[in-house]
Amino acid sequence: MATLELKNLHAEVAEEGGETILRGVDLEVSSGEIHALMGPNGSGKSTTAKIIAGHPAYEVTEGEVLIHLGADEFGEDFDIPEEKRTWDLLDLEPNERAALGVFLAFQYPAEIEGVTMVNFLRTALNAKLEEREELFEDEDEEAEAEAEATNEDAAGYESSPMEGPADEGEVGVAEFQELLAEKMEQLDMDERFAQRYLNAGFSGGEKKQNEVLQAAILEPSVAVLDEIDSGLDIDRLQDVSRGINALRDETGTGILQITHYQRILDYVEPDHVHIMLDGQVVKSGGPELAEQLEDEGYDWIREEAFEAA
Amino acid sequence: MSSDQDQLKETDTEARFEFKKEEKSAFEAEKGLTEETIRVISEDKDEPEWMLERRLRALRQFQEMPMPTDWPGQPDLSEVEIDEIVPYIRPDIDTRGGVDDWEDLPDEIQDTFDKLGIPEAEKNALSGVGAQYESEIVYQNMQERWEEKGVIFCDMDRAVQEHEEKVKEYFMTKAVPPSDNKFAALHGAIWSGGSFVYIPEDTTVNMPVQAYFRMNSDGMGQFEHTLIIAEENSEVHYIEGCSAPKYSEFNLHSGGVEVFVGEGAHVQYSTVQNWSKNTYNLNTKRAIAEKDATMEWVSGSMGSKATMLYPSTILKGPGATDNHITIAMAGEGQDIDTGAKVYHNAPNTKSTIESKSIAKDGGRTNYRGLVHISDGAEDSSTSVECDALMFDNESTSDTMPYMEIEESKVDVAHEATVGKIGDEDVFYLQSRGLDDDDAKQMIVAGFIEPITEELPIEYAVELNRLIELEMEGSLG
Repeated sequence: MATLELKNLHAEVAEEGGETILRGVDLEVSSGEIHALMGPNGSGKSTTAKIIAGHPAYEVTEGEVLIHLGADEFGEDFDIPEEKRTWDLLDLEPNERAALGVFLAFQYPAEIEGVTMVNFLRTALNAKLEEREELFEDEDEEAEAEAEATNEDAAGYESSPMEGPADEGEVGVAEFQELLAEKMEQLDMDERFAQRYLNAGFSGGEKKQNEVLQAAILEPSVAVLDEIDSGLDIDRLQDVSRGINALRDETGTGILQITHYQRILDYVEPDHVHIMLDGQVVKSGGPELAEQLEDEGYDWIREEAFEAA
Repeated sequence: MSSDQDQLKETDTEARFEFKKEEKSAFEAEKGLTEETIRVISEDKDEPEWMLERRLRALRQFQEMPMPTDWPGQPDLSEVEIDEIVPYIRPDIDTRGGVDDWEDLPDEIQDTFDKLGIPEAEKNALSGVGAQYESEIVYQNMQERWEEKGVIFCDMDRAVQEHEEKVKEYFMTKAVPPSDNKFAALHGAIWSGGSFVYIPEDTTVNMPVQAYFRMNSDGMGQFEHTLIIAEENSEVHYIEGCSAPKYSEFNLHSGGVEVFVGEGAHVQYSTVQNWSKNTYNLNTKRAIAEKDATMEWVSGSMGSKATMLYPSTILKGPGATDNHITIAMAGEGQDIDTGAKVYHNAPNTKSTIESKSIAKDGGRTNYRGLVHISDGAEDSSTSVECDALMFDNESTSDTMPYMEIEESKVDVAHEATVGKIGDEDVFYLQSRGLDDDDAKQMIVAGFIEPITEELPIEYAVELNRLIELEMEGSLG
């Protein structure tokens, strides 16, 4: 069980005189839940997503982004001590956040030439697991691990750079390929994807599918999906939706789904719907709220929020 | 591979080992470059008269030619003080012809090679290693069955003695004459070591032939000469790795490479270089490709203070093909000026040049290339693609792709991109669990992937490893 908690989050663009974008966002997403975050363009949805993941372009001026982890969040063999169950993500690098179970599916995923999917995903998975060990080990262990890491570095790659180092990392090449094949099958992805370069030349839909695939491999505690439904045709929307539901049902991932449209919510039914306006969550409710938006737009919420203020 | 090693012990240099054993102290030429120095070098090598004559003629040409300073944006060579270089130092071991076993190499050399993975390459069935420690070959290894086929792979000094006719015909006479440039002339005067490769007609050497060069003492130059002759319809892949640790004084490396690709033959010359950050790396490499021949250059240029390196191919026969793949990386204080030259001198000739460069911490890379298509070289085509990746705003990257097209019936394509490593790309990879350094390394590894793909796996691994070390700043 894990909970991502945003408390009174204020943020601006990280430059002198940067525009203020978030003005006190409160949100909580727990394992197994599906939340939809909706709102007009420029209301701060994507910024919220990026700040959760640690994007350097934004500066948090007030508030907290916390993750609360249950004792067995990372499996029964991985006991999380009492004092390490809550983390302030704002103190951590993006990769450390990933190690604590945070995942962001990008609206516009980067294209990385020359790096095969299989190499990238295995490297990422092992990096995440390694970082997690480091975050949770106590200080004596830390010194030991550092000495060990130095030795490993000196050894260098011993296998193909295409596949990455064979004997490095928790998940070996063979084991990983099996895992990857299984997850790709679930998403109805062609196995040739594994050898393609990361997002390079992918269609919009393939990129989105790939984001869900990455989440399936990395098994996050909480996944923020930034407009995963944009640019998808109906077949792919169904594949992607199936992937998201599987993530929730099989991994217990909590989902924060940012979207403009009701359409994906027909396939990925939210437990909670939140409406963002001008950098704040102004209204929360059940799935019926999304339907109401679809019919009536945002004006009534704007009025309601205005009256309340 | 132990059986191979046993075999090797019996071949080759045993006799020379015995013969030279009494000469314990290493010979060291006096500082300063004079005719006397050249004579001493030549005499010490017991060279035939014609080679001494060539050296002396090259020396005179060197002395007459001015220092090149008039290329736009060329690296600053004003600190190259040739007289300060002791051009010829023997390894600090008691043999002249080399040793056949790793165990006989000094520990320090073994260590360096171990770090760079040479014994692994050996274990993984690569065919032959010639490791040059300072100016001499100290390790030679070649499989007997090649010898049976008439393949020759030996160090250049020995080739002068044992394959005199071939060397006399090809050595700096056709491809790289000393008059080509000042440093080619210097090279012609004081060359030492290097490899001689001869592949007879219709012979395919299906395992890469590799040699390894490095410099290892202050104030010394390295002037190895590589001569590759591939007869009609033969095929060979020659690989040369260069690496050097850090030094306090400046060094000059001025190698020469000549490749003769016979009719229908196919030669790939691959090199991974990593010179120490105070080395001036000024080379002349040229291939002549006959009818329907294919020449491929694959170069990874790492390290050095300044590099000027433009492997060139003369497409002499109709239907000849040239492929260039180059990668350069420049960090703080480095000026890496590399590229390619291709002369299309016959119809139906084809060339492709793919160049990748990485600049970081204020380093500079420059692609300088020339494609010349002669009048009458009709139906020829060329394609040039240069991509530069910069890590920060302090670094620079230039592109100077010269084209001289005298023939109208040709197909010419050129494309260049210069970009900075993307913050969004780095963030994307970080968000998946890679730390900042690993993310950047992954992006760079992907950027150079077209190069590493061309190399045998051990070299690809080494190149990646060198780049990784470079990015960690742990190489001097």
